[in-house]
Amino acid sequence: MPALHALANPARFLRIARPLTPILFWIGVALVLFGCWAGLTLTPPDAVQKESARILYIHVPSAWLGMGGWSGLAIACLSYLIWRHPLASVAARAIAPAGATFAALCLLTGSIWGRPTWGTWWEWDGRLTSMLLLFFVYIAWIALDRADAERSGDGRVPALFGVAGSALLPIVHYSVIWWNTLHQGESVVTGKIHISLLWPLFFTLAGFTLFFAGVVLMRMRAILASQKVEARLRRMAAA
Amino acid sequence: MNHWPFITAAYLVVLVGTVGIAALSYAAMRRAEAAAEALRSGRA
Repeated sequence: MPALHALANPARFLRIARPLTPILFWIGVALVLFGCWAGLTLTPPDAVQKESARILYIHVPSAWLGMGGWSGLAIACLSYLIWRHPLASVAARAIAPAGATFAALCLLTGSIWGRPTWGTWWEWDGRLTSMLLLFFVYIAWIALDRADAERSGDGRVPALFGVAGSALLPIVHYSVIWWNTLHQGESVVTGKIHISLLWPLFFTLAGFTLFFAGVVLMRMRAILASQKVEARLRRMAAA
Repeated sequence: MNHWPFITAAYLVVLVGTVGIAALSYAAMRRAEAAAEALRSGRA
């Protein structure tokens, strides 16, 4: 925890974030490209879903980051509420658009996968509906955060919303267990997918996660630099 | 049913989404850091 508190210093954070941003981003891109190439060319078609199962390599990482993004946002919001870390609200603000993007990509790739597999683009079942709700919650958080910033709020309302919104995560995760859904049950962690089909997924999962971290660092640096400019302009105007 | 048009569409959607968010984030970072640097060097 002391290390976390030390990192919460923006100057110290920037000293680490500046060299780390391109490293995370480009390693992520390389892993994603290799994983996608392997998933499209090296793996056999699935016995049941045939070729369409190759969408797995981009759909699962999108779902993971859509949900993981909100987990990160909720932790940042909680840190802000408890310790008032200056970087916590910056982190939450940086994570939200990236998480919303991956939640949208999860919905879109799932819909495209659903057409040849289920014969429909969309079904109002537990998993699809809860994931759509998560996407809307992201949009609502971004709107709330902007409104709070415009009113010069202290950030507590978006932080509370960020923590409360995490209640949706177990609903998304367990929706395939709690309800009889069209979406398949847990298959990656339960070992139901043969390793000959599964292995490129580890590359795309790791790659998209590093890519996501790189994008979040870029957005955090942008927010911190903008805050610095605003503070300087305010000081200059007051002088 | 030929699955490849669906696979291509899914990968294209992800390509557009990821390139889009990366490009927007990079541009925002460069713009903001350049503005901060310009202000800092202007004062120096």
